[in-house]
Amino acid sequence: MSDTGFWALQTLNALQLSMLLFLLSIGLTVIFGLMHFVNLAHGALYALGAYLAATLAGLGGYWLGFLLAPVGVAAVGVLLYAGLIRHLRQAGPMAQVLVTFGLIFALLDLTRIVWGDLPLSLNTPEVLTGRVALLGVKYPTYRLFVIALGLAVLAGLALVLNRTQVGAMIRAGVDNDAMAACLGIRVERLFFLVFCVGCALAGLAGAVAAPLLSVRPEMGLEILIPTLIVIVIGGLGSLKGAVAGSLVFGFVQTFGAVLAPQLASVLIYGLLAAVLVLRPAGLFPARG
Amino acid sequence: MSRTVKAALAGLATGLLLHSVAAAAEIKVGLLLPYSGVYAALGQEIDDGFALALETHGEASGATFELVREDTEVKPPVGLAKAKKLILQDQVTIMAGIVSSGVLGAVRDLVHGAEVPLIVANAGNDQATGERCSPYIVRLSFSNSQVNRPMGPWMYDQGVRKVYTLAPDYAAGRQMIETFAAAFTEAGGKVVGQDYTPFQKTQDFGPYLTKAKSSGADAVFVFYAGGEAISFVKQYDSFGLKETMPLYASGFLTSPLYVNAQGPAAEGVITSLHYIPTLDTPVNKAFVKAFKAKTGREPSEYAVQGYDSARALIEAVKSGATDRKSIAAALPKVKFEGPRGQLSIDPTTNNIVQPIYVYETVQGENGLTQKLLATLPDERDPVNGCKM
Repeated sequence: MSDTGFWALQTLNALQLSMLLFLLSIGLTVIFGLMHFVNLAHGALYALGAYLAATLAGLGGYWLGFLLAPVGVAAVGVLLYAGLIRHLRQAGPMAQVLVTFGLIFALLDLTRIVWGDLPLSLNTPEVLTGRVALLGVKYPTYRLFVIALGLAVLAGLALVLNRTQVGAMIRAGVDNDAMAACLGIRVERLFFLVFCVGCALAGLAGAVAAPLLSVRPEMGLEILIPTLIVIVIGGLGSLKGAVAGSLVFGFVQTFGAVLAPQLASVLIYGLLAAVLVLRPAGLFPARG
Repeated sequence: MSRTVKAALAGLATGLLLHSVAAAAEIKVGLLLPYSGVYAALGQEIDDGFALALETHGEASGATFELVREDTEVKPPVGLAKAKKLILQDQVTIMAGIVSSGVLGAVRDLVHGAEVPLIVANAGNDQATGERCSPYIVRLSFSNSQVNRPMGPWMYDQGVRKVYTLAPDYAAGRQMIETFAAAFTEAGGKVVGQDYTPFQKTQDFGPYLTKAKSSGADAVFVFYAGGEAISFVKQYDSFGLKETMPLYASGFLTSPLYVNAQGPAAEGVITSLHYIPTLDTPVNKAFVKAFKAKTGREPSEYAVQGYDSARALIEAVKSGATDRKSIAAALPKVKFEGPRGQLSIDPTTNNIVQPIYVYETVQGENGLTQKLLATLPDERDPVNGCKM
């Protein structure tokens, strides 16, 4: 394999990881930006999405899981909102962190009780199996699909946030929620909407990750730290920040593993520390 | 001496005798396993195997066995606390289990100091039967080196000259790969590249697979287990590496416990392990049948480790051992034929001596199955600094 081929493959690897993290972090970061609500259980919803996708795929093929897993996770999000999160809105960040952190373990054991301890798995759909020649290299089709899906979601969200009235309302809410409420925007309802979309995206990320990885109870816990790193590096609350954070994480992680394998696991934390020192609000914070 | 006194003494003696027989026949076993946490599935397999052996062979020993189960949660401090409870509060005669080498390291000094025999049913750290060995700790599972060492010369004999190795970055990963690499190099092969991936933090093996691909190696040799094994095998196949660079591994990669989650991606992977359920011996066939009847599953190597751990205890009891001290002394001397073949304990390390099987994962009638390629002779670990 040629040298350029090697780097092209690694770039695609980095992009693929970035897009997966983007799907997860965008929901979390907008929920935080809009309502200063830290939902640590976001990773658990991702795991739930993967489990739902694996189960539904067993019943009606991959695409059934792909389409319904986000819906199912959003429904769980509605329940969480009505049962817990709504009551925690005024409780302060410490209570929110503790409750959603506890929720991680509750959901983790729940998946274990329902689906068992053994990892599940999900095959890629027939259309997306195999490899495609691109940039002079052959790359797994499914991974290209993940990249394309991430870009599509990014384009869709950018369109909604920048060009529609709902998007303007969300941006206003993130910028100054008290003022937005004074102007007649129902911030709480907006938050509910964003929360559900965020949950659905977490479910989608789970469904998309399932054929690449093994589906097991701990996957939600494992993805939580990378997701938090992404939104802290990118800056809380902004779409641009989530994109930038995901790309930074994906590229540092991938090229770190290639160029400095011994440092692979610490590199990203070092970068995180550097960002916190130099730009405490992240690269693209939602508010100036 | 009057007749009544004589009769009374005789009665007392008989009573004492009966009492001591009854007491000798009751053996309290503390099972120290992860029933929750990442290795809960392995804990359950070992538990099922252990219980099956007691049901099948326990009666023949003349003793009765009582099980006290404690959950280590795969956390060394929890394992240590539970081991203390078993020894001091429950007063168990013997302990068995332990999946994680971390937990084994934590309880080692306690067990050694309290002089309570411990049968290790999984944890493979070489040091546990090396420099940290103890006359009270007997391992019926495997050592990390044992499973991988014979694969070095075998792969060389198959014509593999250059390999690339991958494993998670923790003690077991390093021991497995280092032993294999040393044996492969000694046989004449060359390790052209090596990566240790962050343990339980690596979800995407893409960067490493791309490196392996461009290394010019003939084959790749890896160790991964559990969830990582599933992700790895699937990603290895999705990058199309299987066609150009065959995948060899430590047999845990394609364990029957989760090989079906890997699906067709696992076909053709060649690995070495101390047990496969398709071994064609009467003892194994009977075991597989009984295990399936009990649990509805095909037994994995973990189930056999649990089964043979209980068998070793039963054999020790059969030889007349009944208390902590005598069982500890009898365990290293046991010899029996288990599902994996003729087993014995090396008294210089207290590690098991067992054959190693090279197998290929192939498509069978009911999903993936194991095709035996070679049986490598009894593998005995070097003493590695063990002083009994």
